[in-house]
Amino acid sequence: MTSAALTPEQSAARARRFGWWYFAESQLRAMRAYLGAMTLSAVLEPVLYLLAMGVGLGALVDAQSGPVDGVPYLEFVAPALLVASLVTSVGPEMTYPVMDGFKWHRLYYAPAATAVTPRQVAVGHFVAVMIRFCVQACTFYLVMLAFGAVRPGWSALMIPVGVLAAAAAGAPLQAFAATREDEGDAFVFVQRFVVMPMFLFSGTFFPLAAMPVYLQWIGWVSPVWHGSQLARLAAYGAEVPGWLVAVHVAMLLGLAVGGVWWARSVYDRRLGA
Amino acid sequence: MQPVIEGRGLTKAYGNLVAVDGIDFAVEPGESFGLLGPNGAGKSTTMRLIGGTLDRTGGTLQVAGLDPGQEGPRVRAHLGVVPQQDNLDEELRVAENLIMYGRYFGLSRSHLKPKAEELLDFVQLRDKSHAKVSSLSGGMKRRLTIARGLVNDPSILLLDEPTTGLDPQARHTLWDRLFRLKEVGTTLVVTTHFMDEAEQLCDRLIVIDRGTIMAQGSPRELIREHSTREVLELRFGSARNASVVDSLGDVARRLEVLPDRILLYAHDGEEALGEIHRRGLSPVTSLVRRSSLEDVFLRLTGRSLVD
Repeated sequence: MTSAALTPEQSAARARRFGWWYFAESQLRAMRAYLGAMTLSAVLEPVLYLLAMGVGLGALVDAQSGPVDGVPYLEFVAPALLVASLVTSVGPEMTYPVMDGFKWHRLYYAPAATAVTPRQVAVGHFVAVMIRFCVQACTFYLVMLAFGAVRPGWSALMIPVGVLAAAAAGAPLQAFAATREDEGDAFVFVQRFVVMPMFLFSGTFFPLAAMPVYLQWIGWVSPVWHGSQLARLAAYGAEVPGWLVAVHVAMLLGLAVGGVWWARSVYDRRLGA
Repeated sequence: MQPVIEGRGLTKAYGNLVAVDGIDFAVEPGESFGLLGPNGAGKSTTMRLIGGTLDRTGGTLQVAGLDPGQEGPRVRAHLGVVPQQDNLDEELRVAENLIMYGRYFGLSRSHLKPKAEELLDFVQLRDKSHAKVSSLSGGMKRRLTIARGLVNDPSILLLDEPTTGLDPQARHTLWDRLFRLKEVGTTLVVTTHFMDEAEQLCDRLIVIDRGTIMAQGSPRELIREHSTREVLELRFGSARNASVVDSLGDVARRLEVLPDRILLYAHDGEEALGEIHRRGLSPVTSLVRRSSLEDVFLRLTGRSLVD
């Protein structure tokens, strides 16, 4: 045996600082097995969305009612589609892999037996998914540029906005998934009856104000609406009052930070002392 | 010498259920220490307490001079852990599993690449370095899990039921690798419900049942203390086993009637068998063997390990 490069004390000190990253790194490495499928979907999804909603539906809307929110329909819908696409993709990344970690392949128990803590495992999983989503958001943005749905410049801020919206939806979902001993129908239910309504009723395809008042609350609690409004602000300078910008950012940050905090404590309970 | 692991009055309770009930034990450096007992005896719970992934409810515990309840990550930096269930990452290749696991100890890739090759050599999986984990046999996966547990050059290796589910050849290959680790001074802590494994691997062990220690010592000491040198196993057929017991009573020092056979504990098994024949009894089968830890466990608990 060669001598260890680090003493146990040095190992523990490094893991204390970077344990979350070590687990994220391993998750990202494992994603390479699906790199082809992930790349294909990252490119195809925006192409299909923008063709169908932006170009197809957009031609009809522009012809019938003129600009929406002061811009052609494609420009109005594209930033929200970026946000919605990321938020709807976060479900499968924060549910079944979490169950895999705790139950199916018990992957989380491997780092939990090392100098890495359960809380760092929770954060590592979250960070790995967000890094993947950064790439997905960049791809979406590049396709938007190719479609002429956005002008380059400040509009690129919609990339971090989209990732933040995905974090706001994903972190609480990750914590919820971690509380489940068994998948049952819970994940399908969440995808169909929580994520889908957020997609449909959060001002993605039309301004939230166009909906009846009794449905508008869905937008207010939805990361899709808060993210979409910020993305529109970045994309074409949509009129959003300063206080509302603060509310959008606070909502997204609150959900993301609260979700990660919740996930950390659930992982700690299940994997740790 | 200062023990590397020492538990005093170690207790873990889940509400009213006491999984580990005030056990005392100490593991010396370089020793191969076993926890032998049936499923549900408290062995795995004790392992988790040692690794600090479970909080004790009473007693004291020191691992490498640290309290695992307070200093879990620091304690685990000293340990290699081979869990009961393999939890290899099937999305990663064989060598990558070792490298990524080594990263959890803060080790650099430049250190880990040659280290992974060295460990794969050690567990005889070098030619599988780039293979998918899913293509490995059960025995290979176990060996890979052991290699993974060694990636940080731990001074203590915890093995929870290391050979459960393996065929005899795979078990012997694995035991051979563990012997070699012992030779280089690694402290092994092994839980098992296989008495042959405990006899093969352990310098010293505790026999544990329902969370308490029934006996402790080396396999040889335990057998000498709690059993006879030899055992005569007789089968008269399940219908007759009980009816012939009265005629056997004084042939051996002790006698156990199991559903399928009768065990006679005697210093000289052949002589006891001769006496059985002289009494005109004709068992369907007879076997003289040396006492094992199974006999010790039966004596101590009145139950077989596989009950």
